[in-house]
Amino acid sequence: MHPVSSVRTYVLVWLTLTILTFVTYYVAQIELGEWNIVVALLIAFFKMMLVILIFMNVKAESPLTKLFVGAGFFWMVLLLGQVAIDYISRTWMPEGKMW
Amino acid sequence: MSTVLQDPQTIETPNYLNAEYGWKSWLFTTDHKRIAVLYMISITVMFVLGGIFAGLIRLELLTPQGDLVNSDTYNKFFTMHGIIMVFFFLIPSIPATLGNFLVPMMIGAKDLAFPRINLLSWYIYIAGALFALIAIVMGGVDTGWTFYTPFSSTFSNTFVITAAVGVFIAGFSSILTGLNFIVTIHKMRAPGMTWGRLPLFVWAHYATSLIQVLGTPVVAITLALVGLERAFHIGIFDPAIGGDPILFQHMFWFYSHPAVYIMILPGMGVISELVSCFSRKAVFGYSFVAASSIGIAVIGFLVWGHHMFVTGMSMYASLYFSLLSFLVAVPSAIKVFNWTATMFRGSISYDTPMLYAFGFIGLFTIGGLTGLFLATLAVDVHVTDTYFVVAHFHYVMVGGMVLAYMGGLHFWWPKITGRMYPEGWAKFSALLVFVGFNLTFFPQFIAGYLGQPRRYHAYAPEFQVYNVLSTAGATVLGVGYIIPFIYFMWSLKYGPLAGNNPWKAKGLEWQTTSPPPTYNFETPPIVTEEAYAYAAHKEEHGG
Amino acid sequence: MADTHGAVAEHNPNLRHHFDTMEQQFDSATLGMWVFLLTEIMFFGGMFCAYMIYRSMYPGAFASTSMHMDPMFGAINTAVLIVSSLSMALAVRAARLGQQQALQILLLVTIFFGLAFLGVKAFEYHAHWVDNKVPLFAGHWDYSNTKDFPNQAQYARPAQILFCFYFFMTGFHAVHMLVGVVLMLTIFMMARRGKFGPTYFTPVEISGLYWHFVDIVWIFLFPLLYLIGRTKKLI
Repeated sequence: MHPVSSVRTYVLVWLTLTILTFVTYYVAQIELGEWNIVVALLIAFFKMMLVILIFMNVKAESPLTKLFVGAGFFWMVLLLGQVAIDYISRTWMPEGKMW
Repeated sequence: MSTVLQDPQTIETPNYLNAEYGWKSWLFTTDHKRIAVLYMISITVMFVLGGIFAGLIRLELLTPQGDLVNSDTYNKFFTMHGIIMVFFFLIPSIPATLGNFLVPMMIGAKDLAFPRINLLSWYIYIAGALFALIAIVMGGVDTGWTFYTPFSSTFSNTFVITAAVGVFIAGFSSILTGLNFIVTIHKMRAPGMTWGRLPLFVWAHYATSLIQVLGTPVVAITLALVGLERAFHIGIFDPAIGGDPILFQHMFWFYSHPAVYIMILPGMGVISELVSCFSRKAVFGYSFVAASSIGIAVIGFLVWGHHMFVTGMSMYASLYFSLLSFLVAVPSAIKVFNWTATMFRGSISYDTPMLYAFGFIGLFTIGGLTGLFLATLAVDVHVTDTYFVVAHFHYVMVGGMVLAYMGGLHFWWPKITGRMYPEGWAKFSALLVFVGFNLTFFPQFIAGYLGQPRRYHAYAPEFQVYNVLSTAGATVLGVGYIIPFIYFMWSLKYGPLAGNNPWKAKGLEWQTTSPPPTYNFETPPIVTEEAYAYAAHKEEHGG
Repeated sequence: MADTHGAVAEHNPNLRHHFDTMEQQFDSATLGMWVFLLTEIMFFGGMFCAYMIYRSMYPGAFASTSMHMDPMFGAINTAVLIVSSLSMALAVRAARLGQQQALQILLLVTIFFGLAFLGVKAFEYHAHWVDNKVPLFAGHWDYSNTKDFPNQAQYARPAQILFCFYFFMTGFHAVHMLVGVVLMLTIFMMARRGKFGPTYFTPVEISGLYWHFVDIVWIFLFPLLYLIGRTKKLI
């Protein structure tokens, strides 16, 4: 099976995740216009990758596991993306902007 | 029949049927073969029920006037027919019965990876079916099987929540079956059973499982939202209180379009096995047929919008979905061409399973090609919500999946029960099913193209001739289903012993005894040849 | 993997009859959990999809509703969940290394922080109930103007949708947490009986995967529900 990571690695990841949580909290109070949501989601995405790769140990898993994790995101994008195609290209959206 | 008078022979070898006795040994079994039999019994009950509703629909449509039932009752008839046939018969039909029985045997495993989860999935299915039955008994549902909002969430005064809960629950049974298959196919293959040697039946089930696992959760959450809206009057999908009904259709069809591939891919897997066995040839272009199953599963998630061309969806999205819908015809066509190429210069025998396979190829081709008409934006606007659509999907669902299920059932019946069915009656009923089916549904193409709308209990008198033909065909079709039911029951006791491999077919499932022992193989098999090595077989036995 | 059939099976009492080796059994269970998590992704994916569309339709209303949530509670709860994820990851590590004592303590820590999360969540739900922000119950829904929120009545109708999604998404998440806590209690009882060691830790491993997944869902729910339009003076 797979080698275990050191306690130090886990604690460092935990520290990063906690710091990022409060970074999200404070960045949300700064006016960035439409970029607020983008930044928030980017931070969330980065946190998610840390949890997946280190805590769930996917970095050391087989290519098969990586494929299945990738498939999860791919299908999520299929759902959100293709629904969005309809709404973005409608000309009669009630309130104009996407975000 | 004179053979009835013979003394029935008994099966002596130890097998999964005589390993244990009593109802507990069935209800608490974890043997994939017994669970397959449990599923087979349950879906047959649901099929009969759905068939009764179909019969009532055809009876009402015999005359143009709405004279047998009123429109509300008719709405309930077609809704219950759709819900039962789609969610409780077609989706579990081949995967949960033949797939459950055969996938572990075909890859040389003792069981599925998670036998207890397999049993759990059957209980979940039964729980879902009970909710559907309660909905029927209390007074039915009238939303159509698609549960379109805002009718289902706000206006319908029937038992929508009960039926939706039933579908929601049954979805988890489907998810668990898919999960079990994926893990089993990845991790439980016998030594030597490489991906390139997997029978195409297994490939088809792998593709099906992907759809079950990835699509079903979305429809579950969508129905949960409908239930929430209906129970608490929150505007999620009702435009009058701020919701968006088209979003419901997007999320519903995200699952329900790929779900039609859940309903056809396993059938395609069965046909690959039948065509190869009864032509005594390896399937032409094995890797293309295998890849096309995965292709259908993936592309199936890119085309759902073609159900929504007339709903007010953006025209650019319609364009996108229309183009991609044509794409899905490619892998389907690969399969049809490769089956015909397999038969070319094969030594074809006309046993009952092969008759069903012939029927499948012809009818699926018609169903598939009319699907291209419907993918074309302008034509679709003309025929949306007419009988043309009804005929199209019945050609795929009944002409495709049900015929494949019947063919597969005849092909593997000797393996499942150890006994043969009467060949003459079987051929006769295969013919009845084919004729009855075409008589039922071909006139609907014409009526639909001329403009008869679906989902009405009364229609314009000029359509009567097509509807009379259709009802007559449905009667023939019904007889064609009853005859196999009778002779299958008969064969359980009186059928002649089949032997281990009555069709001289390739595949690991035929190398063990009939019926198979509890852990499938006396000695774990080791695979040394490609799938469908019929040519090698010929040489061994001197042609 | 499938190729290891020929190897003589170790006589591990935890090996189920239809598997050939412990490794095959472990791989199957892990893959099974990943496939299950795929279905969970799509399950929450459906909710995120509906959320995305309504947020794009009613950005003002969604920002207005977010003002009724305290982002500090959300942030603290996120931190609580991350601590529980850390202890879970360390528990799996301890199980692999055969450290029985550490495994049991770490599982208890995980359970404690899981319950703490649910406690904070219950407190927030109670605040919404008192504040009449529960659109599911007519008697507990009031979105008229108040002193602190003078212009919010214009959003009353679409605000129902966001609160509905708020309760639906966090509610489903809380149910997953509850299942996780029960799962962890079971694992803890098994650990106390000394079931796990370097050759058998599958249940700890796959429950850990589940726990981390539930954590990830919350990582997205926090900014999407609590941090909408924090800078704008919409109200």
